[in-house]
Parts: sequence; C-alpha cells; structure tokens
Amino acid sequence: MRSIIFCLTILALTSLSHADWLNFRGPQGSGYAKEIENLPQSLNEESIAWKVALPGRGLSSPVIVGDKLFVTAASGPDQKQLHILCFDRNSGDPIWERRFWATGRTMAHKKTNVAAPTPASDGERIYALYSSNDLICVDLDGNLIWMRGLTLDYPNASNSLGMASSPLIAGDTLVAQIENDSESFAAGFDLLTGENKWKMDRPKAANWTSPTILNLDGEEIVALQSSKGVVGVVPATGSTLFEFGKGASTIPSSVASGNRLYVPANGLTVLDVTGDGSEPTEVWNESTQRPGTASPLVIGETVYLLNNAGVLTASNTDSGERLWRTRLNGPFSGSPVAGSDPFLYIFNEAGIGQVVDLSGAEGAIVSELELGETILSTPSLSDGAIYVRSDNSLWALSNP
Amino acid sequence: MKKFPDSRIPDIASCSLPNHLSVTIVPMKKLSILFTLVVSFTLPVRAADFSEQLAKLNSVGPEGKGNTEAAAAWNEITAGPAATILPILTAMDGASPLAMNWMRSAAEAILEKEKKSGNDLPTAELQAFLLNRENDPQARFLAYDFLAGSNTNETAALVPGMIDDPSPPLRRVAVAGLIAQGRSELATPETAAATLQTALDAARDVDQIDEIAKLLREDLEKSVDLPTQFGFLMRWHLIGPFDNTDREGFDRVYPPEEKVDLAAAHEGKDGKEVRWETYATSDDYGMVDFNTPFSPLKQVTGYAYTEFQSAGEQQVELRLGCKNAWKIWLNGEFLFGRDEYHRGIRIDQYILPVTLKPGRNTLLVKACQNEQEQDWTVQWEFQLRVCDDTGAAVLSTDRQPTPEPEEKARRRTAE
Repeated sequence: MRSIIFCLTILALTSLSHADWLNFRGPQGSGYAKEIENLPQSLNEESIAWKVALPGRGLSSPVIVGDKLFVTAASGPDQKQLHILCFDRNSGDPIWERRFWATGRTMAHKKTNVAAPTPASDGERIYALYSSNDLICVDLDGNLIWMRGLTLDYPNASNSLGMASSPLIAGDTLVAQIENDSESFAAGFDLLTGENKWKMDRPKAANWTSPTILNLDGEEIVALQSSKGVVGVVPATGSTLFEFGKGASTIPSSVASGNRLYVPANGLTVLDVTGDGSEPTEVWNESTQRPGTASPLVIGETVYLLNNAGVLTASNTDSGERLWRTRLNGPFSGSPVAGSDPFLYIFNEAGIGQVVDLSGAEGAIVSELELGETILSTPSLSDGAIYVRSDNSLWALSNP
Repeated sequence: MKKFPDSRIPDIASCSLPNHLSVTIVPMKKLSILFTLVVSFTLPVRAADFSEQLAKLNSVGPEGKGNTEAAAAWNEITAGPAATILPILTAMDGASPLAMNWMRSAAEAILEKEKKSGNDLPTAELQAFLLNRENDPQARFLAYDFLAGSNTNETAALVPGMIDDPSPPLRRVAVAGLIAQGRSELATPETAAATLQTALDAARDVDQIDEIAKLLREDLEKSVDLPTQFGFLMRWHLIGPFDNTDREGFDRVYPPEEKVDLAAAHEGKDGKEVRWETYATSDDYGMVDFNTPFSPLKQVTGYAYTEFQSAGEQQVELRLGCKNAWKIWLNGEFLFGRDEYHRGIRIDQYILPVTLKPGRNTLLVKACQNEQEQDWTVQWEFQLRVCDDTGAAVLSTDRQPTPEPEEKARRRTAE
C-alpha cells in the first residue's frame, strides 16, 4: 500500500509544471518563482493579451495549472453565490464554471468580499475556500470531488469583517486557517475526501494571514501565523514542531526561504528554524521595517517590504541592513510577486500595475499600466504572462 | 412544498419524462387566475433513473461524510442528457444546503455540456417546474436562470407574475422590475407611489426595501414604517450594567439569565444596584442602544427582555444584528451566542430558525461591551426582527405602533 501511495505521489509531483502557480503567492506562498521566465519587463497598453469579464467580486488570485487558469468570485445579493471559473490561460476563453450557494455567513467589510481567499491546487484538483467557510474541491475539468461547509460544522467560525486566509497544500494535506474571534481553528484536510485529518484550536482573534511552507531538509513544515506569533506544524498530523511566541501581524503573511522565516512581527523578525523541534533562533529584527498589507518578498539575499505608505524597502536577508528604498505608487492591498528576471510586479488599489527593476543599485519603477479598475488582489505568474483580477475583470499581460 | 414520506428523493422513474405532462400552475395573485396547463412535448432523450445517485448526493453530511460516494454519483449523473436536469431539480426539495450544492453543480454541469454539444434544453419542463410553486424555491430559481439563458423574452414575460412568489430570488426579480417601473414614473408621483408601494409590499430583501423606502420618502414624500415592514422588535426592558472586565461577563451567569423579574433589583458592576428600565426605539432598523439609557460604558454587560404574542405555533426566524458579544434565549431556552466584538453589524447578520408557541413568548438578549477604546468601538447595541424564512415580517398580535422619534430611548424605571 505504501508503495502505491509513493507512486501516486511521484505521479502527482511529476504532473506539476514549473510554470504552474498553484496557490496564493505561488511557490510555497513566497511570491517568488525563479523558474517562471519571459515575463514582460515593462507594461503598456500593448501588454494586454486579453481581458475577460468576471461574474462577481473577488480578491483571490488566479491559480494556473498547465494551460488552464482558475479563479473564484462571489456574486448576487449578499454575495451568496460562489463561483469557480476556468479559463484557457492563453486565450482567455471560458472553459467551464461551477456555481454554489454559500452555506456560511457572507457578511464582509465592503473593501473585501466573500471570494477573498485564493484557491490552492495540487496540479490535479482545485481547492477553493471562501469567506463563508465553504471549501470546495473540483478536478481540473470541473467535476465536483467534495465540499465542506465549515460554518455548518463549526457554527461560530466566522468573521463579520470577512475571512481571507488562503489554504495551502503541503504533502498530501490541505491546510487552512479558519481563525476568528470566536470558534477559531486550523485544520488539515484529506485531499481526496475533504475529511479532517486534524483540527487544532487557534488563538481567538481575527486573522487574515495565510499559511506558509518551510522546507526543512526536504520535509515540508507549515508555518501558521497569528497575533500570538507563529507555530510550525507537521502538515500530515498537525503536531507542533516549533513555536515563536512574541506576537505577529494578522494581515501580512510570513514568507519562507530555505529554513529561514521572515515574520511580520515587531516590524520584521527573521527566524532560523530547524526541524529538530527546538525553538527558532531570531536572526534579526528591525522594528522600522514594518510591512503594510502586502506580505514580504525574498529573492536571493534580499528581502523586500512594502509599507502602508507605499515605500518599498530592500534589506539584506542576513543582517537586516537596509540596502535601498523607493516610493511606489500606492496604496496597495495586494502583494508583490517576481519571476526569474529581476523585476517585481505589483498593482495598486487604483488598478495601476507597476514594474520595478531590481537589478540596479536601487529599485526603480520602469513602467506603469493603468487598468482603470480597483485592484485589491495579488497577481499570479506563469511563463510569459502576468494575470491579475479586479472585481469585474481578469487580465493577462504579456510581451506583445 | 412537496414532501416524500419515505425518502427525500423522488422516484425518478415515476416522475420523469412522460410524453404528456399535466402541470398545475399555482395562481399568481395579481392575475387571480387559476388554470391548468396541459403541456405536450417530446423529449429528445430520456433520462435514466438516477434516484440512487441522487440519494447519494442527498446523504452528504457533517465533516465530509458521504463525499466520496457523492463524487462517484455526481460523475454518473452528469453523464446524463439534458432531461436529467428535471429530476435533479426535483430532488432538491428538502435537501440539505450541502446536498443542494451537489445537485446544483450537477445540473449546471449537464447544462454546460449540453449547450456545448448544441443540444436543446427541456424548456417546456423547466418552465412547468418554474411555475409550480410547490417546488423548492431555490430549485425554481435555477430553472428560471437556465431558461433566462436560452429564451430570454419568453422567460422575461413570466417575471411580473412572480411579484408574490414564495421563492425569494424569483420575487426579487419581479420587485426589481417594479422598482425600475416606479423610477420611470416619478414624473407622475401618485402613479409612481402606487407602483413602489406594491414593490415595497412584495419586497423581502433588505437592499430592495431600503431602495424603495428611499424613493418613497425622498422623491415622493411618502411615509414608510420600516420597523413594521421588517418586523423589528421596538419595545424592550433593559437592565445593566453588569461587569464584563476582561470579557469574562460573556460566560458569567447574571440573575436575568436565571429568572427575569422586571421588579427585581440586582447587584451590577462595582456593586451598584441595577433595575429593569423600559425602553423604546424609533430607529428605522430597530436598533436597541444600551448606551442611551446607561451612557457610554466599557467592559459591561446588559440584558434586554421583551415578549412576543404569537397567533399560533409557527416556524419563524429570529434575525439578529450585533457588533458586540451576545447571547439569546427564547422562552428561557438558550439558542446561540457569539463572542465577537466590533467586527461589524448588519441586518440579518445572524439567522436563527425557531418555533414560537401560541400566545406569549419571551425573548432575552445579552449584549457585552469590551475594553476597546477606538471611536468605532463605542456601540453597545443590537437589532432583532421576527420574520418567516423569506424575510417577510411576522408581527406580534399585540404589536404597538412604531414609537415616534421623540419617544426614542425613553427611560423610565420599571414598575
């Protein structure tokens, strides 16, 4: 049996393409995909490869598997209608759509909405979570595999401002943080059945951060961030491997690079994590480097932070020494992303896409593209294209 | 609504695809017509009997129970022809929210597949299903949605007759039409007022009621009794403050939870004596504001008590909005509680289906205020309405007139 599972796992892994973008902020939730190439180095009107209308609102990012792009939305009175949409990522042609009625509460602050969490994929299936705590699994052709109504199961698990944490797949487990002021928990779900593999109580406090994957000597550990700090859990069992208890932000998420975790805590706190169960070591902390809504981005030996004033700061990952800073055209609700080339991509709330050249002594905006719609989401990347959505539209941006 | 005594799943073989179908059209109130329509049709492809598969969809339960079996059944069902959509919609009657979604996605997957193949929809059967008001309200809306996507004009012609429809989403479509009509008639105020009053009487959704009331009040200078329209409870007895330091008051049992005695005095926060006081709100949305009688306070707990006279035993929904931690009891029985503070409030934020007994029913609401000091955390309030499952107000048989603004927050020690 074990050998069958091993073969299936290998099969699943080999079916993934390096150009896929499988969850919020791409590989390991980092925002950085060093294998993704040929992204546009400047954006202008001719960069718009296609634009399609969406049937409802959403802050979720597109997920890309092969030639298919998946995105969620919510529509109708009180956003009670949930959508999963599949498009041809090359043409923007619609392939299929599935709609569901929300089974949980759909109340949310007007700036966010019910389709705030980004789905996750294992390359074979899409796992879509909504602020209503509906968790839906479909295969790449839109066949329904399973559905959970987590507010039906856990009636006080909701946030009247809206939930936004995006789920993540680690190994053969889907990890989601359903954290709020009342019935607050995180859980690991079986990828094929949707049943709980584990469920753990979490701090009773609203939390919009998403889980992050740490790769420790080949083993994936999921970092769960909250107002209390960060805990590292084994995704298959939910058992706690390490804990950082000095508190952390509840909006921007941590990012991992190797065995190092960059935590939005007291500004930015950088931790070295081992897989032996010992407490993480604090490498450095810089209280003046305070991420705003956007999560940090780590590329090589540089960590990039975007604060609420729209100032992008680059710092050395080992020392925290500030290398440069530059003001972008904010404000921002989404986070920056990057591919193999030294360019950072981000869209501000006014819908202005910005390309920041990171190759010089200091970062500089090299081009801007005004899309004309409010954008509160994080873009997704695939070879040759940037995908971003607003409440009304989905764009593909590429080299003309 | 049709019920299936032995199973929630209909016998598909017995209800599917006769060559001649007799369909009773439920009367449309406005037209006051009752007639029977005999529809003749021939389906291009007969649906197989998917009753076993639909039963699997209907068996999904808590924490992922039945997902695996449902997924296999879903695949089999969605391989069926367009005619399969009708049995799926029929099976929605009495299904759980999760099962409804399995069925909906199956019906829509078939619809999508058949459209891509260029196959015709069973439009006559879908229309008959739509017009039969005994069918599940959401399933009927799906039938409408499917039809609207294929024969727009014919389906649009059905909309005015839906103004009194028991299906809230169908009624919403009809109300939207009347609102648009009323707007176009504003140059002739009395005509517009009549149209919009009809819309208001029919409306169940909060956003539509608000939109109509605004037009009537601001454009046509008509009065609208929104509290009665919604069914908000406006007259209460309040007592407080009790302690909620460190948010511990939420779990602490204060005397009103054990017994409501409107003449009693109790020891409140800091040892001060507290008594029940009468309170009436004239707020359009029935907001009961503890800060008004007790002055803005922090780390406190208050209780609100009222009675509701029910015409008989009836299923209703208590719909509560509150941005403080709260608990609610009906006839002394605890219903639900939630310890979330200052994350927002809206009408119908929490929906609690309950059964009222004939005559007097008691309602007790506990509202806790926390320690936060930001200006957006001052509110210590809630709103509660009684309605049916479509949102139509259910009024107490002894409901008093809506308080005038000058009565608002009238404070008087209870007798």
